[in-house]
Parts: sequence; structure tokens; C-alpha cells
Amino acid sequence: MNRELEEIPKERFEPAPQDHAASEKLEKPQLSFAKDAWLRVRKNKAAIVSLVILGLVVLMAIIGPHLTGHDGYEQDVTRNNLPPRVPVLENMGIFDGTQKIGGEEVNKYEQMNIDEYYWFGTDSLGRDLFTRVWLGTRVSLYIAVLAAVIDMLIGVIYGLISGFKGGRVDNVMQRILEIMSGIPNLIVVILMLLILKPGIMSITIAMVITGWIGMARVVRGQVLKLKDQEYILASRTLGAKNNRLLFKHLLPNLSGVIIINTMFTIPSAIFFEAFLSFIGIGLQAPEASLGTLIEDGYKTFQFLPHLMIIPCILICVILIVCNLIGDGLRDAFDPKMRD
Amino acid sequence: MARYITKRIIYLIITLFIIASVTFFLMKFLPGTPFQNQERLTIEQQEILNAKYGLDQPIPVQYMNYMLNIVKGDLGVSFQFENQPVMDLLMNRIGPSLQLGVQAMIIGTIVGIALGVLAAMFQNTWIDYGSTFLAILGKSIPSFVLAALLQYYIGVKLGWLPVASWNGFSSSIMPTIALACFPIATAARFMRTELIEVFGSDYITLAKAKGNSRMEVAVKHAIRNALIPLITVLGPMAVGLMTGSMVVEKVFAVPGIGEQFVKSIMTNDFPIIMGTTLFFAFLLTVIILIIDILYGIIDPRIRLTGGDK
Repeated sequence: MNRELEEIPKERFEPAPQDHAASEKLEKPQLSFAKDAWLRVRKNKAAIVSLVILGLVVLMAIIGPHLTGHDGYEQDVTRNNLPPRVPVLENMGIFDGTQKIGGEEVNKYEQMNIDEYYWFGTDSLGRDLFTRVWLGTRVSLYIAVLAAVIDMLIGVIYGLISGFKGGRVDNVMQRILEIMSGIPNLIVVILMLLILKPGIMSITIAMVITGWIGMARVVRGQVLKLKDQEYILASRTLGAKNNRLLFKHLLPNLSGVIIINTMFTIPSAIFFEAFLSFIGIGLQAPEASLGTLIEDGYKTFQFLPHLMIIPCILICVILIVCNLIGDGLRDAFDPKMRD
Repeated sequence: MARYITKRIIYLIITLFIIASVTFFLMKFLPGTPFQNQERLTIEQQEILNAKYGLDQPIPVQYMNYMLNIVKGDLGVSFQFENQPVMDLLMNRIGPSLQLGVQAMIIGTIVGIALGVLAAMFQNTWIDYGSTFLAILGKSIPSFVLAALLQYYIGVKLGWLPVASWNGFSSSIMPTIALACFPIATAARFMRTELIEVFGSDYITLAKAKGNSRMEVAVKHAIRNALIPLITVLGPMAVGLMTGSMVVEKVFAVPGIGEQFVKSIMTNDFPIIMGTTLFFAFLLTVIILIIDILYGIIDPRIRLTGGDK
């Protein structure tokens, strides 16, 4: 027996990890989280189309105000209330600058010898609507993104701490949340805007005050679910500190819900800004946002409907594509939908 | 259950207390005064007015009075409308708002459920896509945009319905449609997801195996079970209706609470702003409480986890 054992060659006692690793080797390159999500979103045609449209809207918000050469703030009362007039299209009988005044077709451009083209017409102060619409889009998008990012930061931090610490800290933080979420956010926003000076910052602040609660809840729920999983335990056993656990292990796994939630915050923030402007406590003139443009247009919509309808269409398009992208992302990140 | 309800009611009281206090102190920071033409009033006249409305007392005293009055159901007197108690103003205007809200809620849930059921039964057909698209539209288009467009096309251009007035049922049709959009979208989306999940469960397979037709399975087994969780979206719906009511009432000149609220913001009428805020907050929190309790009674799982969901 003893002799036989000694005869076994030494190589056979070599560790075998290399072979093992080779058999486990992945044939395809591993997908990163973002790539994985992208592959899934790509299947959703509505989301892709929406993404393209949103991209165009953002692009126009950046370059749109500079396209026509008209200034969005400069007032010229001699050129007020002009109807839309677009080159090329005017030859086809639409957008040729005619409008009905008292039942008669008149072309104000010809009457007043205006050679310039106002693609969307002008408002009651003679400002080019095309320029103002894109300026307004810029402001609306800016407010929405700012509010969404701040909501996200506060909500994620609150949710992480509450879920991860657990125990008494969680209890107290949850009670605070429960009471805060009982307060209708519309009321908080309106009250805040009454005392703050109307402007981009105050609208954002007013929306953020209650806006982060949804995010905090979702993040806490996810943390509670994830923190008892084996990979967290494994990492902890290997001596990982809390910070590492939070930022290296939990946060990446939360990114799906965070992105989805933020994507849905953006349209609701756009809506809220427009809503506030419409009831008269949003941005103040001469600042333009989609909400103030609709409000301005609404005042004269019986005679000059285009002043109201164009910003209305734009805000609807933005909200619809944001919701479609949000839906697409939710389907892509939702673990239940994984195939 | 009793413990759960007690806990919820205590939260409700704390929430309302905080809202009342915050409203009070915010109003004290507000710029501007509630009196018209203040420049023309002499100092003595201002003092008389201040004394009349109790604005000359120190703030803690004003706060105590305010809180005591709220408990008694007295929300103060409007600054703009001479000697009109806020409570009376609200009560005078609650009718139209309530009518619109209830109409929108009923139409919204019925149409929404129908759309959701159709979408789920014909999943991945054009019926499904159409209904889903409608739901997205309803969720995305702001109620005031819809209201303004309806008013222009149906009211002004076609002249089918009164543009902005409040007499009789016909003038409530357009505001109701504008308000119902959000409930329709919410109910349709919710019903669809819920039904698709139910259709995948074992008892549906059993019902099918027993030889029931598609229609029978859907009506007798699936829809009933999918309807229960629908109660949970009634809360968000109520919030949406309240938000919508302000702008929709403004657009269609409906003499409701929302319209009054928007007006009082413009005129700095503190007591009305405070009163309406409290009233809205009270209404919403109570509605949400009732919905949660109802759901707790129907679905025992909620009770066991203490409603922490």
C-alpha cells in the first residue's frame, strides 16, 4: 500500500484551478448592465421611436431659438399677432400667412409688407413664437431634469440609509415619510410658490420638497430585499465595509429602479411646471416656459388659436415620449420580464 | 384591524396638524397684504382692519386662535368677500366640484376597466395596442391642455356644447371628459396588467379545462379577482382629480372650489387659501384612509403587514 502511494507522480497533486476555470469560461463576452438593458430596450419599438423624438426635441431646444434670427424677447408691437407663415409650404395653400378676421380671409403679411417669415407666427407683443416655443421647451426641460436629479439624490440617500441601517433609524425615518406622504404635494408646491419669488429655482425647490418621497420608498424597499441576499453576506464575510457594500454592491443593483423612477419624475415635473404656470403662479414674464406659453395663448385662443395649440402639441409630445421611454425602461429592467 | 385603523387615524391627525401649522406660518411669511388699495388707507384705517381680522395680536396668539377655530370647523372670514365665512364659501361651491368629480370618477373607472379588459383579452392584437396607446395618451396629456383644446374645437369651432358656463348637464360634459381622462388611463393600465396576471393563474386554467368559454372565464372568474386591487388606484385617482379640477374649473368657468382657490391665490385672500388647502388636505387624507381600510378588509394580507406597502 505505502509503496503504491509513493509511486503516484507529483504532478497529480498540483492544484487544478486552471482547468476548472477553463471549463467555466464564458464563450460570449459578458454583458455589462447598461448593454444588457440596451439590448432589451432595443426590442421596444415605441421606446426607440420616442427616444429619437426626445432627442430631436432636446436638439431643437438647444439650437431652435437661433434658427430664425428673431429674438424671443424683443417686442415689436407693429408685428403682433401674425399667423404662421412657412416658406415652401405657403405655396401649397397652408401656413401662407392668411387668417380669418371677422369672417374674411386676410393676409397680414401682405397688408403690412412684411417679407420675413414667422414660422409659428407672432404673439400679441410681436415676439416670434417659434423662437419662444423652443426657449420655453428649454426652460421646461431644464426644470424637469433639475428636479428629477435632486429628487433622485435625496431619495436614494434617504432610502439607502433607511433600508440599510434598519432598526430604530429605519423606524423613525419611515414614520417621517409616512406623515410627509400624507400631505398632498400639490398643496405643498402651491404654498411654497406663494412665499418664494417665482422663478426657475423656486419652482424646482417647491417640487423637490415632496418629490423625493416616491424614490426613497422604492429604494428602501429594494434595499430591504437585497441586503439579505447571499452576495452581500459573502462580501461582508470577506470584510467589506458598509461603504463598499452600499456603493459597490447595493447601488449598482438598484440602478434599474432608480433610472425608471427618475424617468417617470421628468414628465411629471414638466406637467407640474406647466400646471403652475397655467394657474398663474409659475414663471413670470418675460421668462417663457411651455406652461406660460399655453397660458398666454389661452387668453386669445378664440382669435389666434395657433398661439395656444402649438405649445400644447409640443408639451403633449414631450410627455408622451417620456412616458413611453419610461415604460420601455421599466420593461427592460424589470426582472420579472427577463427571458 | 382595530389597531390598524387607530394607528392610521392617529397619523391622519398628525398629518393634518402639520399641514394646518405649515399653512398658517407660510401665510405669515407671504409678501403683500390682503387689503385692496393699501396705499390709500391711512395708518388708522389699517389698524382698524388689522384689529377686525385679529391681525394685530402676536403670532402665537393668532396661531392658537386659528387652531382652536379649525377644530370647531371655523376657517375664518374671507378678506375679499365681505364677512363671508370661508366655510360657507366652500360649502356653496362644493356642489359643482363634487358633481364633476363623481361624474369623472364613474366614467373614468367604467371606461378604463372596459379598455383594460379588452386589452388583456386580446393581448398583443391591435385592440391591445390601441387601448394601451389611449391609456398612454390619457396619462400624458395634461388635463388643462385637453380642456383648452376641447373648448376650442368642440365649444368654439363646432359649437356643440357651451363654451364656458354652468347651467345644466350639457355644460358639465366637457369638463367631465377633461377630468375623466386620467382615471380612464390609470384604470385601463392597471386592469390590463392585473388581468394578464390573473389569466396566468391555475384557477383560470381549471375554469378553462372545465369547458367554459373565453367570455365566461373572463367575466365569471378573472375580472372579479382583478377588480379588487383596483381599489388601490382610487387614491391616486382622487389626487389627480383634485389637481385637475383647479385648472379644468378655471378653463370652463365652473363655480367650484378649484376655481375659487385659483382666484384667491391671485388676490392674496389668505383665509380662503388656508381654508381650501386644509379642506383639500382633509378630503384627500380621509379618502386615502377609507380606501386603505377598505382594502384591508377585503385583502387580509395588508393587515398582517401593518399596511407597510
